[in-house]
Amino acid sequence: MTLHRITLKPGADLQNFRRAVRWLIADELAPQHVVFAVDDAPSLFGEEQAGDAAPVSIPKGVARLIEHVVCHSDPERYALLYRLVWRVLNGERELLEIASDPLVHRLDLMARSVRRDLHKMHAFVRFRRMRHDDLERFAAWFEPEHFILEAAAPFFVDRFRSMDWTILTPIGSVRWDRAALSFGPAAKREDAPDADSFEEGWRGYYESVFNPARVNPTAMRAEMPKKYWHNMPETAAIPGLIQSAVQRVDRMIEQEATMPAKRIPERALEAMWDQEPKSLKDLNAIIEKAGPLVPGATQAVFGEGPVHADIVFVGEQPGDQEDLQGRPFVGPAGKLLDKAMKEAGIDRSHAYLTNAVKHFKFELRGKRRIHAKPTTGEVKHYRPWLMKELELVKPKLVVALGGTALLALTGKSTPISRSRGRARFDGYEGYVTVHPSYLLRLPDEATKREAYDAFVNDLRRIHDLAQADLETGELPLAAE
Amino acid sequence: MDEKLSRKLRILADAAKYDASCSSSGAPKRKADAGGLGSTVGTGICHAYTPDGRCVSLLKILLTNYCLFDCAYCVNRRSSNVKRAKFSVDEVVTLTVEFYKRNYIEGLFLSSGIIRSPDHTMEQMILVAKKLRRDHGFRGYIHLKTIPEASPWLIEEAGLWADRLSINLELPTERSLERLAPEKDGASIETAMAQMSERIEEAREERRHFSPAGQSTQMIVGADETTDEDVLRTSAKLYGHYAMKRVYYSAFSPIPDSSAILPLKSPPLMRENRLYQADWLLRYYGFNVDEIATGGDKGMLDLDIDPKLAWALKNRHRFPVDVNAADREMLLRVPGLGARAVDKIVVARKHTTLRLEDIARLTSGLKRAKPFLIAADHHPKARLDRLDLRARLIEKPEQLSLFG
Repeated sequence: MTLHRITLKPGADLQNFRRAVRWLIADELAPQHVVFAVDDAPSLFGEEQAGDAAPVSIPKGVARLIEHVVCHSDPERYALLYRLVWRVLNGERELLEIASDPLVHRLDLMARSVRRDLHKMHAFVRFRRMRHDDLERFAAWFEPEHFILEAAAPFFVDRFRSMDWTILTPIGSVRWDRAALSFGPAAKREDAPDADSFEEGWRGYYESVFNPARVNPTAMRAEMPKKYWHNMPETAAIPGLIQSAVQRVDRMIEQEATMPAKRIPERALEAMWDQEPKSLKDLNAIIEKAGPLVPGATQAVFGEGPVHADIVFVGEQPGDQEDLQGRPFVGPAGKLLDKAMKEAGIDRSHAYLTNAVKHFKFELRGKRRIHAKPTTGEVKHYRPWLMKELELVKPKLVVALGGTALLALTGKSTPISRSRGRARFDGYEGYVTVHPSYLLRLPDEATKREAYDAFVNDLRRIHDLAQADLETGELPLAAE
Repeated sequence: MDEKLSRKLRILADAAKYDASCSSSGAPKRKADAGGLGSTVGTGICHAYTPDGRCVSLLKILLTNYCLFDCAYCVNRRSSNVKRAKFSVDEVVTLTVEFYKRNYIEGLFLSSGIIRSPDHTMEQMILVAKKLRRDHGFRGYIHLKTIPEASPWLIEEAGLWADRLSINLELPTERSLERLAPEKDGASIETAMAQMSERIEEAREERRHFSPAGQSTQMIVGADETTDEDVLRTSAKLYGHYAMKRVYYSAFSPIPDSSAILPLKSPPLMRENRLYQADWLLRYYGFNVDEIATGGDKGMLDLDIDPKLAWALKNRHRFPVDVNAADREMLLRVPGLGARAVDKIVVARKHTTLRLEDIARLTSGLKRAKPFLIAADHHPKARLDRLDLRARLIEKPEQLSLFG
């Protein structure tokens, strides 16, 4: 039987290799009857084969391996790959699982070499800004070991999408113009800019992060082989750094400990620990500066009420109205709370009202801003501020309105139904009840009425508890 | 880039280099938006290597090396006479963006000396991250050093912008902390670590961004008398309690203008190397600290051989292990076999019987493995019990000392 000759394009000709494999398999041509060659004018089977043969079904791992190995610079790559495909299709479907098989091992090493080259290209390409160019365009010269230009390009697109860049190599070039990728002919080093205004600063950085006491050029060369050096501006510093290392270390070791030139900055040291916010105003300024820790919100909504109020009411988070007005409990739920408080004998102006989460978390549906429940993690992002707020208000009683407030005050999720009533929150006397918005959501009037009455009852007990001397536990009414 | 900025960069990079952490790994894969800049890849990328063999992945700098703290081991302690500098927030942002555009770096690793107060310092660092993300659409990697003495809400904020947070424990015991880092306090460090680990875990479950690459820490080795065993016990605790992604070990190295109370000698690089190997045994090979300690002597690891080999030599009754039959756990304990080689062995032996030449294709550590394993054509027999086995397996020390 004569040898069958397949000619593929120079470089990584995955497409034609695939087509060739289909024909070879269809014709049952064993590897020993096929030779692969490379030429600018590819010919798979001569002119007679116009269309494609039937697809060949190979395991995913094999397909992935082929994609990498075709990029290898070894002229034998196609022949080796075809031997693999042949064996996989002739009784050794799980061949890749035998990593110790000599062919699998060799192909694995080749694929690894390609992946390493890709990785090094992603790492070692150095862009230079093109001179006299107002458009901020960048170009780089790079010399890969394998045919990886096309495989390497998507990484640069993902990363530098808003930049206009070109990478020039001896095997071809690639340009991204902020919209599309285009591949061009091989280039020369002179085609790329020969300097960049940030390179000196970068070299200075590189020199400064080197620790002479740990000098180990072998380890450096293992990861950054010399062949890459001449396209990396920082490597010019290497000989000097190595040469002076021993001397620098000796100097450090020989030098006697010096006395501090400056006095101990006693006042600054004392002031350093005095960083806690001292008032609600300080705290609110901090919250405002931080900005929302949840998606949404136009502004922070702070707590409101007298500084040393007896009762602090903690709600969930500001709603649409609260967000617009910048005040807590001014929307529909707030109005309902006002009404219930009045009935229970609590003067809102004497209480301190705040929310667990200080920003309105919402999703936009059309033009409507729909309340979105804060997650456990989000509630906890706000928890340190809430605890500091309580520390500053020093209330006699802290009321959790609803589950989110309860979570914020205890750090744990617990259902309201199980904790309704008296509680303790981190050293504060507490009380757990529902959030007024829950009452608004109830479907029918009768349930609504019932729930509202229970809520007012809770508020009455809250009122009484706040009047009582909690130290002795004496209550004005026998509420327990 | 102007001269003044270059000068500051030299000072503030030099001041940051004693932090061993360089990794840009663990962030979820991100791509740049249409108008934005930057991406992340799972394992991170090292963009250069310095002649100490360390990788340059992130722009690792301090916001300032002015510092009110006086930690004896630190080049930036307030009583040191090193040159000082301070970046503005915008300068750090510019450097990060311009270096990133030239493909020098994966992102930013920002730390700082404590100026004015821990809160003020932390706020400035967060501001850098926020500006990068919000004003520049920066999607690259950001690692922020957390200041444990800062208010807890700043940690909550930092995690929203950073890919990784870290607090350096620096010294493995409370006693050493008191002696060498008078302003630091072990309890507040652990409180902050606990807060971060809880929030990281919650955010992962809720699929939100909060330090998605987790947290890491660093311990200095050789500045105090702590044994390797105690260092590893501290590591095991950090991995267990706070779900650390990495514990870095940093051999204490001579610094310019160093403190009189610390040893002035070459950094114990081999010790550092052995600790890293032991750390891997803890995390990926199913060893516990007690087992690792039995391989050494008086709480110190054997510097001549790797800790797995050291353990195996003192536990020869557990060997030889048959590569064609033993379970994965036991294969992982064979010296010279890494986790990847073991995985390949376990898969390959379903289809074939492995001989020694097969194993040679799967690991580069066959010389160390041979006395401990059985293959189709190999049995170590009495070789495993030879008294000089340790001596035969000592490898020529790699180049770790100066020009060694």
